[in-house]
Amino acid sequence: MDAGFWVLQFLNALQYSMLLFLLSIGLTVIFGLLHFVNLAHGALYMMGAYLGISAAALTGSYWGAFILAPLGVTAIGALLYFTLIDRLRGAGPMNQVLVTFGLIFVFLDIARLGWGDIALGLDAPAGLSGTSNLLGVSYPTYRLFIIGLGAVVMAVLWLVLARTQIGAMIRASVENGDMAAAMGINVGRLFFAVFCVGCALAGLAGVVAAPVFSATTGMGISILIPTLIVVVIGGLGSLQGAIAGSLIVGLIETVGAAFLPSFAAVASYLLLAAILVLRPQGLIPARGT
Amino acid sequence: MKKLFLTAAAASLLAVTGASAQTKVGVLLPYSGTYAALGNEITLGFNMALEEAGRTGEFELVKEDTEAKPPVGLAKARKLVLEDEVDVIMGLVSSGVLGAVRDFVDGAEVPLIVANAGNDEATGEACSPYITRVSFSNGQVSRPMGEWLAEQGVKTAYTLAPDYAAGHQMVDAFSQKFTEGGGEVVGGEFTPFGQTSDFGPYLTNAKSSGAEALFVFYAGGEAISFVKQYGSFDLKEDLPLYGSGFVTSPLYVAAEGDAAVGVIASLHYVPTVDNELNTKFVETYKAAQDKAPSEFTIQGYDAAKALMAAIDSGASDRASIAEALRGLTFDSPRGPVEIDAATNNIVQDVYIYETVKEGDGLTQKVLGKIEAVRDEPNGCQLD
Repeated sequence: MDAGFWVLQFLNALQYSMLLFLLSIGLTVIFGLLHFVNLAHGALYMMGAYLGISAAALTGSYWGAFILAPLGVTAIGALLYFTLIDRLRGAGPMNQVLVTFGLIFVFLDIARLGWGDIALGLDAPAGLSGTSNLLGVSYPTYRLFIIGLGAVVMAVLWLVLARTQIGAMIRASVENGDMAAAMGINVGRLFFAVFCVGCALAGLAGVVAAPVFSATTGMGISILIPTLIVVVIGGLGSLQGAIAGSLIVGLIETVGAAFLPSFAAVASYLLLAAILVLRPQGLIPARGT
Repeated sequence: MKKLFLTAAAASLLAVTGASAQTKVGVLLPYSGTYAALGNEITLGFNMALEEAGRTGEFELVKEDTEAKPPVGLAKARKLVLEDEVDVIMGLVSSGVLGAVRDFVDGAEVPLIVANAGNDEATGEACSPYITRVSFSNGQVSRPMGEWLAEQGVKTAYTLAPDYAAGHQMVDAFSQKFTEGGGEVVGGEFTPFGQTSDFGPYLTNAKSSGAEALFVFYAGGEAISFVKQYGSFDLKEDLPLYGSGFVTSPLYVAAEGDAAVGVIASLHYVPTVDNELNTKFVETYKAAQDKAPSEFTIQGYDAAKALMAAIDSGASDRASIAEALRGLTFDSPRGPVEIDAATNNIVQDVYIYETVKEGDGLTQKVLGKIEAVRDEPNGCQLD
């Protein structure tokens, strides 16, 4: 195994980490801010992929899908927010989990009715469909695009949260919602905005993943578990935690797949169990306890 | 005189009711979940054969959804046999469900026509005089690929398949024939079934193995992801892709797009099989569905063909239907087929085909045909 092999596997890990990041960041921020466990997040990812495929067919371009799918998923998210999620805010985690778990199956059947049972594919845009040379290896350009996109989203979220007034308001509301409201922050509106951003990122992850993975009705459920592992490992509600968690899980799953495929399936669960026993608040918790 | 007339009338009445006596068919297929598309396609094929023969009235279908889950499948099989009292069961997509219902249908002595599930054991060591398979066995589809690839002068291969019974059986059968033909399998991996979406790490391993060819078995969503990712890594030159035919099944090859072009695979049916029956079959299907049929369509179609042939030979109840299916021969759009009297598995031609571009779409170019592929009994004793 030469250096090229290691570079390729490292890029594979990074690419998978970035997809996990796009998903887990939405889930974790929604939890941190709203104290709401949205299991339907994976379903929104699936809708992102399917809406992306329809949007690409409609506009004739991948980039049309790239813009429209996150918007569509945001609209679905907003609808869910006003009809269900806002009402469930005070209902306790058990009710929230039950309702959002039920939503997974509702969306699964919506996808089946709308797009059929056969898995669908989406073509990568023409400019990104080949391979590029990087660090002495040739690697699919589209995967490099995913890595770059993840890094950009990461940087933007970091800047917004750490450096802008809105970021300060979000951090304050996470820390102590009542006090933030007393200081004149419209916490409700802020929550809604953050929820929408989380949904848009889930939709973005879906449309970005569609050319690599196929769009299937089961994709929302299968991605949900790794995403939850990332969120728990990183620490619920924490941006840094989501970054660290997705890098760790991406790396473990890829290295596991490359060297011990039969072990790959359990590796991240073992890590999850270890974290829950040794450090239940996660690696980088959202706030001091 | 009057009495004679009455007797004659009664006799003719009896003849009429006799002829229109319905055969009750339990259709046991997944209509929801991952395999729903396959269940629908098989049903379509089954109905198509009945309609074509103008015999829809003779068969009463009772459909049950297995959800591709073994416990659900078993419960539904019990319901079909005990409550609906069906004469025959047709269906089964998942080998897991087949395994779960095997002992029940064998014990209840209800004929089961398997229209997909390819588990080798079902017509091997776990065979039953009541279980007849008109689809394929995993080994039957994969062995010809190993044989053919070795004949092409390919010396080394790397294998990838999902880590469950079908994956192992497909790879084992391929490896056996490829090795016998003088090739060498230099490495391979089984990927976690249903949990693998990113094949990048495996493709990287395959590439660094230095093998001349890559043999894989994947189906459904996994096949689409795999082939697309294989395409994106640009491996066609260094590591050409061969497979068990489901990897580029006509049912979903369109979703794989250009990445599927040039992939060579072995399968018991492709829509471009050149014979008169198939031309007609494809025409009828295309007229109704506006796309090409797939191996799943033909499996449902032939399940009905086999059942009708059994009825025509005088079978009317469970035992006689099972007996009549054994050793049956008929012409199918996929070529001449036979139900092997030794195992109750189908004997059929297997095609080596390449996925090629045709206009805007993709089609299958038949490169070779291995005639009358028959499974060894593998411990099966029907008598």
